[in-house]
Amino acid sequence: MTKNHYRYVLRLGDNALILGQRMTEWCGHSPLLEEDIAMANCALDHVGRARLLLSYAAELEGEGRSEDDLAFVRSDREFENFLLCELPIGDYAFTMARQYLLDTYHYHLFTELVSSSDETLSAIAKKAIKETTYHMDRSRDWVLRLGDGTEESHERMQVALEGMWNYTEELFERDPVDVQMIAEAVGPDPEWLHSKWQADINATIKEATLSVPEKKWSLSGGRNGIHTEAMGHLLSEMQYLQRTYPGLNW
Amino acid sequence: MLKGHFPLWEVFVRGRRGLDHKHIGSLHASDADQAMKSARDTYTRRQEGVSIWVVRAEDIHASQFENDASFFDPAEDKVYRHPTFYEVPEELKL
Amino acid sequence: MVDVMSFTDEQCQFDAIIEAEEKIEPRDWMPEKYRLNLVRQMSQHAHSEVVGQLPEGNWIGRAPTLRRKAILLAKVQDEAGHGLYLYSAAETLGVSREEMMNDLLIGKAKYASIFNYPTLTWADVGAIGWLVDGAAIVNQISLCRTSYGPYARAMVKICKEESFHMRQGYEIMQVLAEGAAAQKAMAQDALNRWWWPTLMMFGPHDSESANSQQSMKWKIKRQSNDELRQKFVDQTVKQADHLGLAIPDQDLKWNEERGHYDFGPIDWEEFARVVKGGGLCNDARLEARRKANNEGQWVKDALMAYAEKHSRSDVDQVA
Repeated sequence: MTKNHYRYVLRLGDNALILGQRMTEWCGHSPLLEEDIAMANCALDHVGRARLLLSYAAELEGEGRSEDDLAFVRSDREFENFLLCELPIGDYAFTMARQYLLDTYHYHLFTELVSSSDETLSAIAKKAIKETTYHMDRSRDWVLRLGDGTEESHERMQVALEGMWNYTEELFERDPVDVQMIAEAVGPDPEWLHSKWQADINATIKEATLSVPEKKWSLSGGRNGIHTEAMGHLLSEMQYLQRTYPGLNW
Repeated sequence: MLKGHFPLWEVFVRGRRGLDHKHIGSLHASDADQAMKSARDTYTRRQEGVSIWVVRAEDIHASQFENDASFFDPAEDKVYRHPTFYEVPEELKL
Repeated sequence: MVDVMSFTDEQCQFDAIIEAEEKIEPRDWMPEKYRLNLVRQMSQHAHSEVVGQLPEGNWIGRAPTLRRKAILLAKVQDEAGHGLYLYSAAETLGVSREEMMNDLLIGKAKYASIFNYPTLTWADVGAIGWLVDGAAIVNQISLCRTSYGPYARAMVKICKEESFHMRQGYEIMQVLAEGAAAQKAMAQDALNRWWWPTLMMFGPHDSESANSQQSMKWKIKRQSNDELRQKFVDQTVKQADHLGLAIPDQDLKWNEERGHYDFGPIDWEEFARVVKGGGLCNDARLEARRKANNEGQWVKDALMAYAEKHSRSDVDQVA
């Protein structure tokens, strides 16, 4: 197995882990009791997916590391998630807009990964696609409801989309890792994903009476370990116990 | 409708194929779609169901306690509706 | 419509149902005080579940492994679910969730005082699962036989779901107790801090508890505070022994004659102080709930506005 294959799977795992970590922040604090439960369900799917992917990444790496080694004792510069996943949760409009953008991305990604030449990845994708189909249905509902709800919710949803739009192009970048994975039929071409994603997002934004933001910059770096400042704080919380008491069982 | 007060929905779940939908609880939601998704997330997280109904609580008409006597007691003496009322030869296994 | 039943007929019928160990159901006639007593107890129980998300929720972000993170998240999510079941059951008594929630937010309604203690270490997550959920289960198993139907049904469901809560807590304690010195110390420290507040969860002694006696008569409560507390102590001592941890009570010893453990006096002044607001986390817990409620208002308004605009349902209308 190649280093690129490891990094490809690691990136998928990091996206699930970091987004999942953010989602858990709503637990006990969300706007409705029903939402405490629903959001936790989706977060559990993400944590579960992170475990499968990071375990598999560790296996590909072949250095005897575990899912927890990868999650809890790597530094900021070694995480390769999209920046969009790590941004602070913001208000519920920001949270649900981000979920929707990423759910839609994952929906198309996992649909393709089901037929990956990598059988393990294909098996993970078969499980993930069921979860993601529901997640996307749910987050899309929220974008529609907040977009076409009150004046205030409309405004908040529009602001949320504007605030994250500069981070969306990173989802579809193609670097040597992707090029090799496309060549080996492990993963799909990000450009192809981009067109599918864009069509869905545009339709939903329109239906939600919102407008597609204008992209001013393309902010990226996450996949090469260049993160926002929020990332260090997320990790210092998440990794606290493993860092304070190295090498123990929990 | 009071501002921000969500209607109450009653939730019915079919545990597995072949069973009736059974009342399992209630929740609050702004519309049927949200009620359905909340019901899924709240009441089937341990694989309790294969099908869900959600019904607005205000759409359910219930019999009244005051009518209990006239509604239900008259069935009491209709013992001939039950198979055990009849004496037939046991060996025929009717 | 002729009023076919006089007040005393209704009262007699109610008493007969209670006497026969049958359940009172939502539309039945019931004494107003029975209804109010239930609303108080059930809403308090629901609030406890909802506020109870917070102390353990404090550690989801810091759970030491991904397995523990998933377990803890699922567990805290269950608490929210249980709060919802209980609010639903209480709503059958003609009180809305908003009213109950409002009573919590203005400090009128109570919730289990134990949640006003801080979770300082990872071992506290273990101790809460083991002790606090252990105590809650003792109480809730008893409540499965409560006289109000919706409450009893909610309890049955909750007990079924909670069976993993105590076990996951005990498992955390076990790993710590068998771990490094720092972990074992962490576990003992957590037991030291949570033991007495857990005993207080069962409420005042029977002799001091006015609500309790009426509740027993109506079969809302099925066993007294002291009976339940004793049951909890008796079952927990050997669990602590197995962990090799010491329960922080010098008076704790087996009483052959009673067939129970004797235990030391509970600090009821501390209990009263924390109930009244003087715990380390009282303010933070209520503030968190108020914040969720206030900041959620625009979300609720938006959902209602959307529902009014789009009254057609996308859900298949079948039955």
